[in-house]
Amino acid sequence: MKVFVIGTGVVGSLIARELSKYDIELHIVEKKPDVAWGVTKANSAILHAGYDDPPESVRAKFCSKGNYLYNKISKELDIEVKRIGSYVVAFTEEEINTLEKLQKQGEINGVPDLEIIERKELLSREPNLNPDVLAALWAPTAGITEPWEVAIAAIENSVENGATLHLGEEVIGIEVKNGKVKRLITNKAEYEADVIINAAGLFADEIAKMADSEPVFEIFPRKGEYILLDKKLGNLVNSVIFPTPTKKSKGILVLPTADGGLLVGPNAQDLPPDKKHDLTTTKEGLEEVKKGATNLVPNIDFWYAVKTFSGLRPETKEKDFIVGKTSVWGFVNAAGMRSPGLTAAPAVAEYLVEEVLIEELGISLNKKKDFNPFRKRIPHIDETSVEVWDELVRENPKYGELVCFCNKVSEAQIVEAIKRGARTLDGVKFRTRAGFGRCQSGFCSLKIIEILSRELGVSMEEIKMNSENSWIMNGKVRV
Amino acid sequence: MKREKVDVLVIGGGAAGMAAAVQAANEGVKTVLIEREKKTGGVLNQCIHNGFGLHVYRKELTGPEFMEELWKELAETDVLVQSNETILQVLPKEKEVIAQSSEGMKIYEVGSLVLTTGARERPLNSLMIPGTRVSGVFTAGVAQKMVNIYNRLPGKRVLIIGSGDIGLIMARRLKIEGMDVVGVVEIRPEPGGLMRNVVQCLEDFDIPLLLSHTVTEIHGRERLEGVTIARVDESFNPIQGTEKFIPVDTLVASVGLIPQNELIEDFVEMDYINRGPVVDEFMRTSVDWIFAAGNNVAIHDLVDFVYEEGKIAGKYAAKVAKGEKLPEAVYRFNRGKNVGVMLPQKFTATQPFRMYIRPKKTLEKAELRISKESIRKYTWKLRPSQMIDFIFREFESLEPENRVIEIEVIEIE
Repeated sequence: MKVFVIGTGVVGSLIARELSKYDIELHIVEKKPDVAWGVTKANSAILHAGYDDPPESVRAKFCSKGNYLYNKISKELDIEVKRIGSYVVAFTEEEINTLEKLQKQGEINGVPDLEIIERKELLSREPNLNPDVLAALWAPTAGITEPWEVAIAAIENSVENGATLHLGEEVIGIEVKNGKVKRLITNKAEYEADVIINAAGLFADEIAKMADSEPVFEIFPRKGEYILLDKKLGNLVNSVIFPTPTKKSKGILVLPTADGGLLVGPNAQDLPPDKKHDLTTTKEGLEEVKKGATNLVPNIDFWYAVKTFSGLRPETKEKDFIVGKTSVWGFVNAAGMRSPGLTAAPAVAEYLVEEVLIEELGISLNKKKDFNPFRKRIPHIDETSVEVWDELVRENPKYGELVCFCNKVSEAQIVEAIKRGARTLDGVKFRTRAGFGRCQSGFCSLKIIEILSRELGVSMEEIKMNSENSWIMNGKVRV
Repeated sequence: MKREKVDVLVIGGGAAGMAAAVQAANEGVKTVLIEREKKTGGVLNQCIHNGFGLHVYRKELTGPEFMEELWKELAETDVLVQSNETILQVLPKEKEVIAQSSEGMKIYEVGSLVLTTGARERPLNSLMIPGTRVSGVFTAGVAQKMVNIYNRLPGKRVLIIGSGDIGLIMARRLKIEGMDVVGVVEIRPEPGGLMRNVVQCLEDFDIPLLLSHTVTEIHGRERLEGVTIARVDESFNPIQGTEKFIPVDTLVASVGLIPQNELIEDFVEMDYINRGPVVDEFMRTSVDWIFAAGNNVAIHDLVDFVYEEGKIAGKYAAKVAKGEKLPEAVYRFNRGKNVGVMLPQKFTATQPFRMYIRPKKTLEKAELRISKESIRKYTWKLRPSQMIDFIFREFESLEPENRVIEIEVIEIE
């Protein structure tokens, strides 16, 4: 049985990891030079509790379950999940009514421990909130994580369990014969295939077209702009703060990041389908984000902005996931994974393998006896105790040589990231947090280029920021 | 975990730290100088241009030459230099400092501390300029290090944003090394760096300086492909219709320096205009055994001043480590008109001391007033890019019942 997963975002990587538990030939195909560089790289990084989604939606089916599954996968894959909870805050009586509706909806969706908190209690828990707030819906199971780390971990674990990872390989065709998947064609090779899982994020519609499968759908990029602020402001809020949602979106939020900073955003701008590369930020968009954020938490000092970025959510016309089998036997969609895609991903992965492949398509899959569910992270030395760090240095003195001062990343971690597949500055950054901090890699970028060049045995000029044409150095000053 | 008792611990081995360590050791106390990089010298390592040392050594030196002078001073002392060692935390109650190196964790029990951690460059990302996030955008210091230390060019065609001194120096440097330097844009109506650098780095090399201009958008998908620049109005908002696309593959940003005080800012009194600790004329902070000097106290114009401050901090830190009690800084300056960055903010009035003030705006002719009394007259133009410095010794006018002293720079005819 030859199974191909297209895409290494959170969705594709967790599906691949689920599949790697079985005795099959598993291939993971990613067009970018590294994993998790699409939608997964830029979003709010929230594990939603699951009260937002209409009970009849596909989203509702997977959200709170996915949230729950993170308990297990965070232990197995050694990824950061902080269950800091979330508040949806209301400023008017009408908004309080919405909170009550959300609470009921959440209860139907199986979200545990939802509670409406009154103003006084709320302000004692979150003293920096806008004092005009009246009440909030508290969801203790909501949390934050690093989405790219989830994907990196799941891919590492899949490969450990026998999967083959094809990076920089773009799918250009899918051959279907007698209504069944036959071959997968990439810009590099052609493969016989039995099952193809379409987790191609923003480009899932294009992949589905290649298979000429039904349902027919289109992915619309919906842009969200964000501002990341210094760790100094990381304690302004203790939980994820949402405004009361509108029909259009969950609104502009304020939340701490997993590594201790403060994130505000996103706005929501619907782009035409041909704008799937448009990651620009705009003046109006950033102003909107600032306004939305300060409406929730008035004293955010934007002098402490570290960077801005934008992400694209893969939206569909129905505003819902497109998950399941198609008119082509063996071609399976995990598409339209807009919010809460990150949260739902582990549940979608389980469902696609256990329900769709095994039950619906009747594929007999045998569990591997030697499946290893565990993966160890590259240690974040600044989050370990002084004693543990000291121990690490004793084993490997390079843990004591700091390269990134802002986030305390040592040479040992950077070398380990390169061993695990980092080839670029972003590859190192997303695996170690080096360069993520307040100096935005001013002190460490050149040192990291030097280490990459040394470890990979290539010249410094060949080291890229991320993609093929993102060169950094232009030759020697003097030979 | 290793523990070590030290009289004076100096954190940061740039010009201020080296000077502080030398002076502390000369007072006869056990002094350790911590440097997180492989080599001491700080930014002097990469400043291969000249213009350093005129005040201190009475000769014009390059950065590395200035550094070598400091090394010579350091070599004559018993200072223990610990490079490749990073301070993680200062524990104010315990008077302890936690350090990390390839030898593991270490705790220093200190008599006194001198913080000389310098500044970091404000990254362009933090200015929230719309557009894409591409390679080819560097701070001036990174570009300087790339060229001068790593022997690599950052690109082919470059625009400089911000006319701070490093930006001006880099415009010249990149032009000399064969890059096409299309110009320097500065959002303010006047240059951010010293006039001598405007002349020597831009005018002498025919590099255009566009005042009241800024970058409004960054273009490109992978590597930088160009920027949009526009003229700005008095409140620095881009004026519609003045936008212009400039094709460049490199953008070098010199948009400010940020004093680094993360190790102490949670427990010493901070000055949010200087963005550094409040200090007195001994360079003592609000915690009586913690001293600070150099660019972490406030951004200075010249390394010479930083050096002088380091010497003062080292001297008094040594006295405190020896158990000497310094007089209390009972007087405090209150910023009046046109006073921006200023230090010291407190003083004891027991001895004359040097005072630095950065005027908030350009003044054709001005007068320095302390408690409404004229102390100095400036018959030349004062600019925010150039600090005024003077020795304050006029203590006779101080009244013991009025300990808040107003200081102002007033424009005169």
